[in-house]
Amino acid sequence: MAEMTIKKKRPKNLDLMTIRLPLPGILSILHRVSGAVLFLLLPVFLWLFESSIIHRDSFVTFKSYAANPLLKVVMLGLIWFYLHHFCAGIRYLLLDLHKGIDLESARLSSKIVFAVSITLTLIIGVRVLW
Amino acid sequence: MVNRILVGAHYGLKDWVIQRATAIIMALYTVIFLVRVSIVGANSFEAWRGVFANGFMKYATFLFFVSLFYHAWIGIRDIWMDYIKPDGVRLLLMIATAAALVGYAGWAAQILWRM
Repeated sequence: MAEMTIKKKRPKNLDLMTIRLPLPGILSILHRVSGAVLFLLLPVFLWLFESSIIHRDSFVTFKSYAANPLLKVVMLGLIWFYLHHFCAGIRYLLLDLHKGIDLESARLSSKIVFAVSITLTLIIGVRVLW
Repeated sequence: MVNRILVGAHYGLKDWVIQRATAIIMALYTVIFLVRVSIVGANSFEAWRGVFANGFMKYATFLFFVSLFYHAWIGIRDIWMDYIKPDGVRLLLMIATAAALVGYAGWAAQILWRM
């Protein structure tokens, strides 16, 4: 009975075409998408780690692959996924501590997350890939 | 018959805490790793191996991997619970996820102590 009343109160809008996500919403779904993609690529990362650290030939081969412009873009994207997950995660930890939970601060902090993660991606990406 | 409402209790609190604890461990490791790479460098095979050569980095890297796999378990399990409604399929995906992550943990240990 109590369960019924709880369920009734919840508004629902699942028409994806009418939903315009605000920035914290975009940050949130990207947190999930980046986490899922990084999870799916775990065997690739482990294989790259293993080969590069155990076989000199593999290290040299991977280094030469890193010169490919298309792979550079892919790697830059993956670095950004990691850093977005990292920065958005720190924002969530602060929200857990009830820091910045009002609408205005939450919007500002989501802007900061995008600015910091993209800047760090460029700094680290350029140092690693160029 | 027991009529329970599955809200308001602390179901999942343990995982909630572990998800955050593992996140903090990984965040600290990320900083340590970046600092170490910027000192030791990773431009040659020897330098790259050198990043993980000492006992502390081996342990820290292993701790990072274990945190990562537990963190991934909670996150991916949440994704299955959110989007996959048939119980059988959901259970199958959860088992596959857990099985893969346990395998990765063994693989990571083997990489670190074989090098």
